[in-house]
Amino acid sequence: MRRALGWLALIGVIAGLGAGFAYAPREVVQGNVQRIMYLHVPSVLTAYLAFGLVLVGSIVYLATRRAAWDRLAASAAELGVLFTGITIVSGSIWGRPTWGTWWTWDARLTSTAVLFIVYVGYLLLRAMIEDPDARARSAAVVGIVGAANMPIVHFSVKWWRALHQPSTILGPEPSPISPEIRLALLVNWIALTLVFAYFLSRRVEIARLEAEGAP
Amino acid sequence: MTDYARRTWFVLWKDLLTERRSKENLNALFFFSLLLLFLFQFALGPDRRSLEAALPGLLWLGFILAGLLGLGRSFIAERDNDCWEGLLLTPGDKSAIYLGKLVGNFILMAVVELVLLVLFGFFFGVALWPVAAPLALVLLLGTTGLAAVGTLFAAITAQLRARELLFPVLLLPAQVPILLAAVSATDAALNGTPLAEAAHWLKLLAGADLVYIVIGLLTFEFIIEG
Repeated sequence: MRRALGWLALIGVIAGLGAGFAYAPREVVQGNVQRIMYLHVPSVLTAYLAFGLVLVGSIVYLATRRAAWDRLAASAAELGVLFTGITIVSGSIWGRPTWGTWWTWDARLTSTAVLFIVYVGYLLLRAMIEDPDARARSAAVVGIVGAANMPIVHFSVKWWRALHQPSTILGPEPSPISPEIRLALLVNWIALTLVFAYFLSRRVEIARLEAEGAP
Repeated sequence: MTDYARRTWFVLWKDLLTERRSKENLNALFFFSLLLLFLFQFALGPDRRSLEAALPGLLWLGFILAGLLGLGRSFIAERDNDCWEGLLLTPGDKSAIYLGKLVGNFILMAVVELVLLVLFGFFFGVALWPVAAPLALVLLLGTTGLAAVGTLFAAITAQLRARELLFPVLLLPAQVPILLAAVSATDAALNGTPLAEAAHWLKLLAGADLVYIVIGLLTFEFIIEG
């Protein structure tokens, strides 16, 4: 089952690369740099999925006290941080030639950065508690606070930018994307979701074995 | 319900009494606030205008730094004196402990903030009295949010060896919206802008406070049961 998922993910990635590099046309204004979007956009969507799973795992763990849900939350948090990191790095590489800067305190960038540090904090907390039961309970509460905080962060950051300075770097609204580009994005999104599902199943399995091996 | 209120009151009363007798936190926090003011002044230099522009941010930075020290110690008395079990023996709903601690922390922080505010007015020549009412509202909402998450995370980190490090690492990212909203609203209040123009910030603060307190009440029992 897991093997099959792995092969499926591999096929997805190959299809995604084909769609991103061969099938999708060269973007008129941005040129080839735009192809980074086929990694950037699916990464952030996958990260949202991962953090959604952290919330679900945390709530269900507190309700049922089944360690499997805690392992799901922990594994999803690690992958969420990974994919948020990929999002930030790939966005930064894209932003340099397109906006002329590696980083700007735009609303979306800022809230993504906050998302990143919130869950790095979650992982740090987990690393510092040895007792599995106490670790699971504390981490679940932090996972719930982190997720509930995201809409608040979103609005505060949006208004913060909107009030201080209109978006000058982003420029005019991007034109509606062409069907080819949309299809390539979709293929890559599915591919990254498959990769995420495969990684997650592996990570959860490792966590399960670790828990069994521990005295 | 009256039982619940009574238990909340006992936790609060115990903390206030210990604080009044030992003055362990208050004295140090006052002095720390004073030092912060000096440091801000040194860091920004003598230029008055750059100072005025940065004032709301500095003010809340001061509150948050003082809060990190004060809130982080919420459960230290219980831990050091082996009274953790005593706290756990409180009958009934454990969220009463959270509520009592939260109110105690709020009072402690409010006192420190008032002193810091007066010192700010004194050292930086800001007329605070005319804007006292809107400022008080911003302070009330911002401090509630800070204390609500701070109390919860202090309970989480109280038993850890690396708590001095981990507490800020957890709390600061969670406080981003409170900081942004409070600084913007304080800016409006200090400039004498009608509060209606910062109403969306105040609503955000109130909404955030509500979310944090509800989560705190619901999850606190899971944290302290160990």
